[in-house]
Amino acid sequence: MTGQKQSKTDKTGIQLVGFSLAILLFPFFARQVSFFEHYVDVMVFVGINSLITMGLCLLMGYAGQISLGHASFFGLGAYISGVATTRYGMDPWVCVFLGVFVSAGVALVIGGPSLKLRGHYLAMATLAFCIIVTTVFNENVAITGGPDGLAFIPGISLFGYSLDSVTKYYYFVWGVVLAVLMVCLNVIRSRVGHALRSIHDSESAASSVGVNVAKYKVHVFVWSAVMASFAGSLYAHYLNFINPSSFNLFVSIKLLIMIVLGGMYSLWGGIVGAMLVTFLGYEWLHYFEDAEVVVYGLIVLVIIIFMPGGLASLPEKANRLWAERTDSSHQSVKPFVQ
Amino acid sequence: MEITLFGQIIQYAVTGITIGSIYAMVAIGFNTIYNVTEAINFAQGEFVMLGGLLMVFFRVGLQIPTVLSIPLTVLVVTVVGMLLNQLAIKPIRQPSVLSIVIATIGASFFIRGIAMMIWGKTPFDLPPFSGRNPIPFLGAVIQPQGLWVMGCLVVVVIVLTIFFDRTIMGKALRACAVNPNASSLVGINVRFMVLISFALSAAIGALGGIVITPISLMEYDRGAMLAVKGFSACVLGGIGNFPGAVTGGLLIGLIESFGAGLISSGYKDVFALLVLLAVLFVRPNGLFGNIEISKIKKF
Amino acid sequence: MKAKSSMDKGIACLLAVGMVLTLMWVSPQVVSAADSYKIGAVFSVTGRASFLGDPEKKTVVMLQEKVNEQGGINGHPVEVVIYDDEGDSTKCALAVRKLITRDKVCAIIGPSLSGLSLAVLPEAQKHKVPMVSCAASYKIVTKDPETGEQWKWVFKTPQSDSMAVESIYTHMKRHGLSKIAIMSVTSGFGASGRSELLRLAPEYGMDIVADEKYGPKDTDMTAQLTKIKGKSPEAIVNWSIGPTQVVVVRNWKELGMTGVTFYQSHGFGSRKNIELAAGAAEGVYCPLGACNIPDVLPADHPQKEVTTAYKKAYMAKYGEPVSSFGGHAWDAFSLVVNALEKVGCDKEKIRDHLEGTTGFVGQHGVFNFSPKDHNGLDKDAFQMVVVKDGDWALAD
Repeated sequence: MTGQKQSKTDKTGIQLVGFSLAILLFPFFARQVSFFEHYVDVMVFVGINSLITMGLCLLMGYAGQISLGHASFFGLGAYISGVATTRYGMDPWVCVFLGVFVSAGVALVIGGPSLKLRGHYLAMATLAFCIIVTTVFNENVAITGGPDGLAFIPGISLFGYSLDSVTKYYYFVWGVVLAVLMVCLNVIRSRVGHALRSIHDSESAASSVGVNVAKYKVHVFVWSAVMASFAGSLYAHYLNFINPSSFNLFVSIKLLIMIVLGGMYSLWGGIVGAMLVTFLGYEWLHYFEDAEVVVYGLIVLVIIIFMPGGLASLPEKANRLWAERTDSSHQSVKPFVQ
Repeated sequence: MEITLFGQIIQYAVTGITIGSIYAMVAIGFNTIYNVTEAINFAQGEFVMLGGLLMVFFRVGLQIPTVLSIPLTVLVVTVVGMLLNQLAIKPIRQPSVLSIVIATIGASFFIRGIAMMIWGKTPFDLPPFSGRNPIPFLGAVIQPQGLWVMGCLVVVVIVLTIFFDRTIMGKALRACAVNPNASSLVGINVRFMVLISFALSAAIGALGGIVITPISLMEYDRGAMLAVKGFSACVLGGIGNFPGAVTGGLLIGLIESFGAGLISSGYKDVFALLVLLAVLFVRPNGLFGNIEISKIKKF
Repeated sequence: MKAKSSMDKGIACLLAVGMVLTLMWVSPQVVSAADSYKIGAVFSVTGRASFLGDPEKKTVVMLQEKVNEQGGINGHPVEVVIYDDEGDSTKCALAVRKLITRDKVCAIIGPSLSGLSLAVLPEAQKHKVPMVSCAASYKIVTKDPETGEQWKWVFKTPQSDSMAVESIYTHMKRHGLSKIAIMSVTSGFGASGRSELLRLAPEYGMDIVADEKYGPKDTDMTAQLTKIKGKSPEAIVNWSIGPTQVVVVRNWKELGMTGVTFYQSHGFGSRKNIELAAGAAEGVYCPLGACNIPDVLPADHPQKEVTTAYKKAYMAKYGEPVSSFGGHAWDAFSLVVNALEKVGCDKEKIRDHLEGTTGFVGQHGVFNFSPKDHNGLDKDAFQMVVVKDGDWALAD
């Protein structure tokens, strides 16, 4: 038992180190080819999206809840950062934490009642939340700038070191992503993670052994909202501009598409999904122009039918196929890949 | 051209009931599929859109008279609904609520994209069934087409009630809604019932699209907002509850209309949602929902 | 069964990988000739603002072909790199950065949207690249409204919404209308118009008794119009684009409010809208740039020639009528080409030349730029027209 745990930790450790190395070296390689040079720019947005999707994976993959409103938590963080820095001259980092605080509060208010009930009330509540927030952003022209958005948002700096170039921001964002990834991986490995997994498998079984189902679901929801809000602030300070159409229902659904594609049962899936969909949207689907929507629809359908675990389930499937080939007594592998 | 407060209120009510009827029809569509599969079909709004655009194609493009265009349109959209089930839902290996919801979202994107490629982005108009002369009513005016919309809802409700109460297939569908396992044990082909539910849902959605287009035009991306509002109506009335869907739809239409008229038109989308959230807080099963049933259901 | 499902998965994997590789391969690869002049363009060709970007792109492509047919600019072929920002601020910023750092263009045309223009102008300023926006907000060029200081590297060709509003208010004043109601759509286009309507009302003595809004996908505006009816205004100004501007007019007629003079924004300027209104648009007023109404302009109008030529060429190439928004791109592109002709591909010189351009006859007016005015137009860039017998006619 210890041996198995040990090897799993090793495997995750190796994955982490390998991934960090790839992230570290990516800008150097990208800069060599002028065609790929601006991919570093796109990767900053991938990192920001990964923060949100990792949280969503925890929510959907583990707690099994659908949230249609994560773009709104993303937006809350972005707007609080944007409005507080442009209109009230507050320090960006203060605004980031203000946004996190507010989002946590809102998530508690929405999640608390919805998650106590069995079923998918959270979906309806987050859907309503999404529309209400988008309307508020659009209407309050005096504060939020309305549909035209909020421009000239200042950048952010780290301990006095101004993050004013694409490369600097890239390392900053991905540093945050890796840190959050490690934290989440630890949580999954801990007692909390076991409790969450038991909830996903069977809520009634979990509660019968004393797991406070509602409490855990709310915690996961609040944590995912906090991550989205943090990502929103980072987004606002990078692009220096925000407008309501970046935080509407379609964006919420795009986030769902990211984790479905990447694999909602795995944190790595969240990152992979964010990477693919972000690049698809910003770079590779130019050929299809308007038909982008058709492509997203097809991706979702193909994945749901043929690969419900998303791309992150591929290595495991490969392992299983190999095991089936070499050993007739195979074990059914749980859908939780670290 | 004066109008009294009373006249204004009547006008808001008329508008609210007209648009509410469409929301009600979408909500009925949601319920039909939910009752048999326990999942939500987010492509419901696209059926309305297709109904409208296909009707334009038959009536305006091919100049087929309305009397024939309507059944033709309904037929084509019904086929689309059945295809949705066969190609997107049935192939799912381990269907769960989550996977069906995601699959229908994917399907709705796909349908919307195809519609855009066929019809483009411009809005299309349909000649109204009986002219455009507004009918004065208690100080307000009603469009003749508005009466067709309300009439359509009434007809749908009556036909569906008869269908579910008096026909074998309707009763079989109801059986599946209550308990699919028991139903298959008594020989009901549950898979086939699922197909029927999608077909029925699509047909109702199409009718909604056909009657609303002469009033508000139709374009390829109208479906999403309609699905959201229809879904809200559905939840407000109690998911799976037939009279709930009708009440929910009309209520949401009325709240929107009165909210826009009496309070603030910028926030009108928000009022209905706030009311919905308030109702769910007090009565999570919606206005007509049954607590016992919802404990068994998965959504 | 096992074999079949693993084959399924294998095929699916291969499909996915193949899809990704194909998409990467098919992504636009920019190849250029050494001595060509490169102009960059970012338009909202698809997405929520495609009514802006699509005609803008088509116009630029058409003009580029014409210039190259005539031998280029002083022998240099013109290459236009067009990116579609889909109305999204992130894509727009990425596109502009790409144009500046990767494609190394001489100047940038666009974006189509005001919000996005504000988002990317810091990039143009930072990298010192002249940018000619096709969006309307005065904030795009005006850095400081108090002093009138303009953003050094940024210009724009569309008339400000304030000019359209002034055109409407002037007409109203001339006809003794002062008690008015305004309606707007909750998009950038509507919000901008609404803020100008509110801002300029006191100056023209307008009393706004109702201020109603509706969403871009709404199907019915009778609630808002009913509320307005209750306030008995003398005129209504509606500011929207897309199907809602047609539905509003239909509702206005159905509610029997044709006694209340109805003004649309310049977004109404297409015959298609009159058609869709099914007769309800009769008698509706609308301020339009000259390029919408070349047939109706008097023969001695300075823009008659260029607008008529544009209309003919666009219809011949694309089989659809011109859109006023394409005209903004016409103006921007022609101004840039004009600058390239005189000073070549030197960003600083292009900027200076643009700033000094006067008397330039464009689709939307005669441009007179200056250090204090990077837009170059005034309210005479709009003519008031009225819908008569299903077509445009100059209003009195």
